[in-house]
Amino acid sequence: MKKRTETFSLGIYLLFVAALTSSMLLCICLGSVSIALSDTVTALHNSLWGLEIPAGIAKSIILNVRLPRVLNVALVGAALSLCGAAMQGLLRNPLADGSTLGVSSGASLGAVLALALGITLPGTTHGGVMLMAMLFAFLALVAILGLAYGLDRSLSTNSIILIGVIFSMFASSLINLIISFAGERIKSITFWTMGSLSGTHFGHSLILGVAVLVLGGVILGYSRELNAFAIGEENARHIGVNVRRVKLIILVAVSALIGICVSISGTIGFVGLVVPHMTRMLTGPNHKRLLPASLFAGAIFLLLADLVARTLLRPVELSIGVVTSLVGAAAFVAIFWRTRKAG
Amino acid sequence: MLKGNNITVRYGEHTVVDDLSFTIEEGQWLMLVGPNGAGKSTLIEAISQGVPYSGAFQLDGKDLRRYKPNQMARKIGVLSQNNSVGYGYTVDEVVGLGRYAYTTGFLSSADAEGGEQVQRALEATGLTELRHASVLTLSGGELQRTFLAQVFAQNPQLLILDEPANHLDLVYQQHIFSLIAQWLKTPGRAVLSVVHDLSLARRYGTHAVLMHQGRCAAQGEIAAVLTKENLHKVYHMDVYAWMQEMLQQWR
Repeated sequence: MKKRTETFSLGIYLLFVAALTSSMLLCICLGSVSIALSDTVTALHNSLWGLEIPAGIAKSIILNVRLPRVLNVALVGAALSLCGAAMQGLLRNPLADGSTLGVSSGASLGAVLALALGITLPGTTHGGVMLMAMLFAFLALVAILGLAYGLDRSLSTNSIILIGVIFSMFASSLINLIISFAGERIKSITFWTMGSLSGTHFGHSLILGVAVLVLGGVILGYSRELNAFAIGEENARHIGVNVRRVKLIILVAVSALIGICVSISGTIGFVGLVVPHMTRMLTGPNHKRLLPASLFAGAIFLLLADLVARTLLRPVELSIGVVTSLVGAAAFVAIFWRTRKAG
Repeated sequence: MLKGNNITVRYGEHTVVDDLSFTIEEGQWLMLVGPNGAGKSTLIEAISQGVPYSGAFQLDGKDLRRYKPNQMARKIGVLSQNNSVGYGYTVDEVVGLGRYAYTTGFLSSADAEGGEQVQRALEATGLTELRHASVLTLSGGELQRTFLAQVFAQNPQLLILDEPANHLDLVYQQHIFSLIAQWLKTPGRAVLSVVHDLSLARRYGTHAVLMHQGRCAAQGEIAAVLTKENLHKVYHMDVYAWMQEMLQQWR
C-alpha cells in the first residue's frame, strides 16, 4: 500500500536517459569489430562539435554504420513499446499490441509486394519498400476503421480487435501467396519479414525521430484518457471522456507510428507486447508513468536484442525479429506462469 | 432538472423503451422499478448517451445531445451496475479520475478543487485507509464504494445509479443507500436509480417510474406508484402478499 506519485520525478527521467545512453554506447562499441569506449566517445564528441577526429579511430564504422543503426533501433524499440502500452490500455487487453490492429500486417503486405515486384524509388535503396509499406499501412487503417465503423458506429473495442485479427490473417495469406511466386527474391522477402535494421541510415533516423516526437507526443498527451479506457470504456464515457474521438486519435497515431516503423525495420514481434507488460510490473498501470517508462524500456530492450543479433553468431548476423521473438516468447511464458501461480 | 420527452430506444426491430416521458426535480430520488427486461437500464444508457434514442432529454432546459462529454459529466454522474478493473490501479487513481471533466484539455491537469473533492469522496465512502490499495485486492463492496467515491468526486447535480447495491450483502446495501441519502441532502442535487428491491425503493425513493415492457405503467410519488394494483399489473403477482409472507418468517 505504498503511495505512488502520478508522474516520474526529474531524477527518474535522468536515470532513464543515463540507462539509454549507456546502452547506445555499448551497442556502438560492440559488434563484429570491437571499438574502445574512449574512441567512440571521442568520435561522437568531436563529430558533434565539428572537431577533427584523430587518426586510428574507426570513424566510418562508428559514425556511418553503427551510430545510425543504433539510433534507428532505439527509436523503433521506443515506438513499438509505446504503441503496445497504449493499445493495451485503450483496448483494456494486456495481450494487445500495435499489431493487434492489423496495420503492421498491412504494412508488411505493401513491403513484400514492393520487394516481389522490384518496386524502387530512384536514388534510394529501400525507398520503394518504405513507400509501399507506409501506403499499405494507411490503406489498412482506413479499411479496418471503415469496416469497424460500418459494423458498429461506436467503434467498439471488440469490433476493432475482431476486424484487426481477420485483416491480419488475410494479409498473411496474401504475403504467403506472393512469396510462393517470388522466385529468387524470396530470400530478401523472408529476411525483411523477420525484421532488420542493418543498412538503415540517418535519413531513417530523421523520419523515425519526427514520428516518435509528433505521434509519440500525441499518445503521451492522452495518458489520462488511456487510464480511463484501461479502467473501462463505459466508465470513461461517464467521467466525460469523448470516447469515440479520443479512441480514433489514438488509433490513428498508433497505426501511423507502427506503419512508419514496419516500413523501415520490417516486422519485429513481441516488443510491443512484452516490454509494456514487464514495465507495468515496475511502474503500475498508470499511463502517466507507464508510457514514458515503456518508451525508454522498449528502446533499451531492442538495442540489446540487436546487439545479440549482431554478435551471437559472429560474423553471421541474425534477424532482430528472431531474437525479440525468442526472448519475448520466453519472457511472456515466464510472466504468464508467474501470474497464474500468483492466482 | 432532467426531463425525458417521448424517449424511444430500439435495438433493430425490438423496441426496448417505448415513448417514455418523465421528470426529475431537485431534492428528489426517482426510482426506476419494474421487472427484468422492462427497459430500465437501457433508459439509463440513453441518458448517459450510450445508446441512440429518439425523443429528447432536457437537462436544465438544454438538450442533452448539445452537451459536450465533459460538460455533461459535470452535471450527471453515473454509477454502473457491473464495475470491474483489469489493471491494478490504486483506489486513489480510480477516484481521482472522477475529476477528469474538470481538467480536460490536451496535457492539462490543473484542477484547483480536485484534491479536496477526492479527499471528501474518500472520507464519505470510508475509503481513506484504502486509498493506496490496488483495486484488484478489494472486495465487491469496496470496489462498488470506490466507484461511488469516483462519482462523488465528480460532484454532479444528478446522480444516476444502475442497481447500486447489486451483488452486495445487506450491510453494504444499507451502507451504500445511506451514503447516497446523505449525498442527496445537499441542495441542488437529485438521484435517479434503477432498483429491483421494492423495499429499498420504497424506503429511500421519493418518486418512482414503474416500467413495463418499455412503457411507463405508472409514475409519481413513491407511495402512489408502488400500490398493490399497479404492482400486480406489472409483476402479475400479489407483491404485497409475497412481501408479507417473507416478513412473517421473521416473526
